[in-house]
Amino acid sequence: MELTGAEILVRCLKDEGVEYVFGYPGGAVLFIYDALYQQDDVKHILVRHEQGATHAADGYARSTGKPGVVLVTSGPGATNAITGIATAYMDSIPMVIITGQVHTWAIGSDAFQEVDSVGITRPCVKHNFLVKDIKDLATTIKKAFYLATTGRPGPVVVDVPKDVTMHRAEYSYPEEVAIRSYHPVMKGHPGQIKKAVDLMLSAKRPMIYTGGGVIWSGASSSLTEMTRMLGYPITNTLMGLGAYPATDKQSLGMLGMHGTYEANMAMHHCDVLIAIGARFDDRVVGKVEYFCPEAEIVHVDIDPSSISKSVKVDVPIVGDVDHVVKEMIRLLKEDKRTPDHAALAQWWDQINEWRAVNCLKYDRNSSLIKPQFVLETLYNVTQGDAFVTSDVGQHQMWAAQFYKFDKPNRWINSGGLGTMGFGLPAAMGVQLAHPDATVACVTGEASIQMCIQELSTCRQYGLPIKVINLNNRYMGMVRQWQEFFYEGRYAMSYMEALPDFVKLAESYGHVGIKIEKPADVEPALREAMKLKDRLVFMDFITDQTENVYPMIAQGKGHHEMHLSPERELA
Amino acid sequence: MRHIISILIENESGALSRVAGLFSARGYNIESLTVAPTEDPSLSRMTLVTRGSDEIVEQITKQLNKLVDVVKLIDLTEGPHIEREMMLIKLRTAGDAREELKRLVDIFRGHIIDVTTGTYTVELTGTGDKLDAFIQAVGSAAILETVRSGVSGIARGEKSLHL
Ligand SMILES: Cc1cc2nc3c(=O)[nH]c(=O)nc-3n(C[C@H](O)[C@H](O)[C@H](O)COP(=O)(O)OP(=O)(O)OC[C@H]3O[C@@H](n4cnc5c(N)ncnc54)[C@H](O)[C@@H]3O)c2cc1C
Ligand SMILES: Cc1ncc(C[n+]2csc(CCOP(=O)(O)OP(=O)(O)O)c2C)c(N)n1
Ligand SMILES: [Mg+2]
Repeated sequence: MELTGAEILVRCLKDEGVEYVFGYPGGAVLFIYDALYQQDDVKHILVRHEQGATHAADGYARSTGKPGVVLVTSGPGATNAITGIATAYMDSIPMVIITGQVHTWAIGSDAFQEVDSVGITRPCVKHNFLVKDIKDLATTIKKAFYLATTGRPGPVVVDVPKDVTMHRAEYSYPEEVAIRSYHPVMKGHPGQIKKAVDLMLSAKRPMIYTGGGVIWSGASSSLTEMTRMLGYPITNTLMGLGAYPATDKQSLGMLGMHGTYEANMAMHHCDVLIAIGARFDDRVVGKVEYFCPEAEIVHVDIDPSSISKSVKVDVPIVGDVDHVVKEMIRLLKEDKRTPDHAALAQWWDQINEWRAVNCLKYDRNSSLIKPQFVLETLYNVTQGDAFVTSDVGQHQMWAAQFYKFDKPNRWINSGGLGTMGFGLPAAMGVQLAHPDATVACVTGEASIQMCIQELSTCRQYGLPIKVINLNNRYMGMVRQWQEFFYEGRYAMSYMEALPDFVKLAESYGHVGIKIEKPADVEPALREAMKLKDRLVFMDFITDQTENVYPMIAQGKGHHEMHLSPERELA
Repeated sequence: MRHIISILIENESGALSRVAGLFSARGYNIESLTVAPTEDPSLSRMTLVTRGSDEIVEQITKQLNKLVDVVKLIDLTEGPHIEREMMLIKLRTAGDAREELKRLVDIFRGHIIDVTTGTYTVELTGTGDKLDAFIQAVGSAAILETVRSGVSGIARGEKSLHL
């Protein structure tokens, strides 16, 4: 049967198993909206700003492992989506973004609402396409999903001119596509894996460092199995939290700029580093010359370009984490050798000394609400079982430090791009994917205002998100850097003229609560959680001057951490 | 170190800008870049000359390979290879210089492919060094215009870059 391009597009989404499309209409996509309107299989979520659509699709993807789908119009629709596309690109999130385009015959003529979407998005997508002929439409959509979800995941943009959505063609959705230039490597090289296992077994002071790749590979359980078999300490990047249970005794928590003292010290002193699905980001590595000075390094990553990019490694393994780790487990089981238990015991003694420093300690007797206390209480009240999205700033770091994630896909934040405005729309995607789950959005009074309009979307779709606004009246992360590195000149980091968040929430049809005393923190959170079908905006008025510790200043090594001033190490 | 990277790439409109964009976005340097379709019209062959430390060139090849449009890639400088560049150069040929220039063209095994009373247009093929040497030899006063193709290269022997 012949269908219009718009109908074909919607059928493709259905055949791809797409549940939700996050989008915003406009001239170039009206045929597509018309086709969406006439069916019930693919549900459309109308956001209030295209940035919101991209973050919502992103949150959906991060919490389910499935690709997020976005539909926006040409011109301003596409440009508004860029921030979200770049956010997904930096964190390797599978997304398919369909952008409307002007008619093929008008392309290049500075037509109304024309931008070169393929050109503008090129540096921040895994790949992109312009569909010039309706005959290519279905195959292109198939390719887009295939590229977005395989290998190192990432966003793929498909730019569809209006006339292509209007023309008619036979529809058939390809079962499979092959792209002759694209063959992600799944299985690791057996010789390299063997070498890695030898090195791992020879370690006296081993350390496992894992990242977002474990989550995308769905390799949490195999990683956990291997780590327990070996009895080695493990640390996760900001993107990898939850891949190994944070409450397990082998977990040293997060590493890097705001990681724990024990994780960073163990990195600095280890003799074998086993890096798995992590990309040696500069917030993790610090100064390259000081990075793991004594370690031989194994690195497992599906993207060859991640390997030896900033830090030269000794045993590179290109492959999918789950495949490689399972193979490592097999070899370890076959091997007669065991880890060096005596050396390991000594290593753990050392690590436990570092742990005893209790680097995340904060003042529990303050008369002001400490942000850390709010997050600790959130953890207790939700029994560690919530999905937590976050914006960007101090609150993000505290959430990462104080909410102990035991499961993957629960911690949803923008790490690579650090996009303020991410938290609330991302929570919408998470909540839609998990309607019965508790979804908390940890944010700050500056970040939340970047996509505050999405409160309206939450109202329209009845999304009972719990917004935890850690309101310090400052762009706290900026203020912290100004305090440390600019002699306390707080240029433009004070948040003037804040709205009354309670009233604001109420005007959108939600519940707002303002919390000003430590004693009210827990009752407010419990109360909010009871309101199962309402969005509750909790405005916590927190200590303005609190800083995130520990901290490694830029350009320093892992052994040069700052703890909070009262407890600065010599 | 100077590297000559040869690429088979999908012959599609955006492909060239993906490569060029990669180099500018990541701050890699491009000394020259040539591209034209191959005997298989769906593929273009691109030759890229770049400079960088081993680490940078390793990243460059990895990043290029990562582009979905890149089908195959080799670094020609890793093995024996032949490189050629073509130059068209228009020379001023006033008075006595005319004979002298003709001799120089012969020495460099170039061809004069167009002539007017006051000019020669010369076609010259060789390595970049040879073209540079010719430019040196004729001297800048004589040069009206030069156009160079950029380097193309191919591996020596049986080795070949094809699908
Ligand atoms: C304010 C702020 C502070 C920050 N502070 C810190 C900090 O203290 N500590 C910290 O860790 N981060 C911090 N970050 C985040 C940091 O910027 C990086 O985003 C993060 O460290 C990258 O995590 P990752 O290495 O796990 O890589 P990701 O970006 O998650 O990349 C995943 C890697 O895994 C690979 N991969 C993907 N899928 C697979 C698969 N199936 N098999 C194998 N490999 C795969 C990819 O190729 C990639 O190399 C901070 C960010 C902000 C905004
Ligand atoms: C879109 C965007 N603009 C600017 C920044 C730089 N930036 C990082 S953190 C931050 C302050 C965030 O303030 P707030 O949301 O109140 O969080 P807090 O640090 O106070 O917890 C800023 C401006 C950014 N990350 N994203
Ligand atoms: Mg703030």
